[in-house]
Amino acid sequence: MGKLDGKTIIITGGAKGQGAAEVKLATALGAQVVVTDILEEEGKKIADETGNVYLNLDVTSPEQWSDVAEFTLSEFGRIDGLINNAGIDQRDHGGVVTTSVDVFRTVIEINQIGTFLGMNAVAPAMISQEAGSIVNISSVAGMRGLRAVAYVASKWAVRGMTKTAAAELGSSNVRVNSIHPGAIETDMLFDLGEDSINWLVSKVPMQRSGTPDEVGETAMFLLSDEASYISGAEIVVDGALITR
Amino acid sequence: MGILDGKVVIVTGSARGMGAAEALDAAENGAEVIVTDILDEQGNETAVEIGATYRSLDVTSKENWSEVVSSVLDEHGRIDGLVNNAGIYTSQDIFSGSADTFQKVIEVNQFGTYLGMAAVTPIMSRQGSGSIVNISSVAGMRAQANIAYMASKWAVRGMTKGVAKTLASSGVRCNSVHPGAVETDILFDLEEEVVTELISTIPMGRSGEPAEVAEVVTFLLSDSARYITGAEIVVDGGMII
Repeated sequence: MGKLDGKTIIITGGAKGQGAAEVKLATALGAQVVVTDILEEEGKKIADETGNVYLNLDVTSPEQWSDVAEFTLSEFGRIDGLINNAGIDQRDHGGVVTTSVDVFRTVIEINQIGTFLGMNAVAPAMISQEAGSIVNISSVAGMRGLRAVAYVASKWAVRGMTKTAAAELGSSNVRVNSIHPGAIETDMLFDLGEDSINWLVSKVPMQRSGTPDEVGETAMFLLSDEASYISGAEIVVDGALITR
Repeated sequence: MGILDGKVVIVTGSARGMGAAEALDAAENGAEVIVTDILDEQGNETAVEIGATYRSLDVTSKENWSEVVSSVLDEHGRIDGLVNNAGIYTSQDIFSGSADTFQKVIEVNQFGTYLGMAAVTPIMSRQGSGSIVNISSVAGMRAQANIAYMASKWAVRGMTKGVAKTLASSGVRCNSVHPGAVETDILFDLEEEVVTELISTIPMGRSGEPAEVAEVVTFLLSDSARYITGAEIVVDGGMII
């Protein structure tokens, strides 16, 4: 018996890192998961290991979103949850002066438009079911100003869209919330390099980075009926990083 | 087997309403719960119903807090969780308010929460673990006319972050929960038109049940929330978006 028993949940960027952790946790709690990613080999491996299905999904493609939603409905009859987890960092961490418009557009395309398209694709099914929970993975970068302008813009946008969607879908009993992870042990953190990681972790009052599972458990809570009156909320999972 | 198995949790203002729901949910998830309140008769009844113990506690009394903490330590040897739930409401605004009412609300809602944290944090720090959940309100997230209540709830939100930062390196977490229109006496005591108007502003189109707040509290008390500290969780059906 798990708190996600009988629920069908789509997770984007589920092949590795935080998305893969969410796939494993949701499965262990009883959910049927549709694992999606653009990394087919790694995605299929996680799906096989957890007894789920894998679908290729480039979150920037409306056609692929519509295929994923249609497949999920025809296979499982419903869509109870969506975790918009897929995202990329702005690798150059450029500011307003140094960021190229191409880099800006790419980050917005994946992090922001990808999240919009996901909500757009599953909301009709959730409205007709009169039930559903959408969890959008934003970031502490969606709560304050940081250097990487495109990344920050995309994550503030996710936070804002979450609230709009919550207002629009609330009367259909569809809940929409955002999670704001801090320094979490995924490739996005590891790619910063040891010096930057040490500096960042020294700023965390809990004095450590977080694990993908620690974010995942918050996502599971929001997907579950335990969060039945939570919508439009933002949950920071950062060991107090941004209380500074 | 529950997510709070083996944890010792104090819940203030838990004779009835939201506090009673929090005490019940914690107990159902395996915690040893200490129900506290100034309503001794109802508090005892609630404690008996959920298999918890009851202690009389006026949250504004430092001496009362010391006694409760000592007795919990004597009996259980540790304190894993504190839910600062006790609170009072007044709708008085800047024009209608009296200084006495203002001070009374601050005394219970804000000073009571401070005293609770001050009483348990030395023990939690020594243990190297603990989770404090402070019940603020949507009134602690935005502007409202009810100035005393709002001020007390903003203060709770601020103190939560301060304590979270101070104690993070000791393994003690501190978070705030911000309920909207929840079905307790605070809501029932409002005039019917006020409640109808309030609910019409909620995207989910309904008020919340005490149990729906309690489940968030249980989550924050549990190890599932082990990297969450200094956070604020709004439980309001989308009201303040």
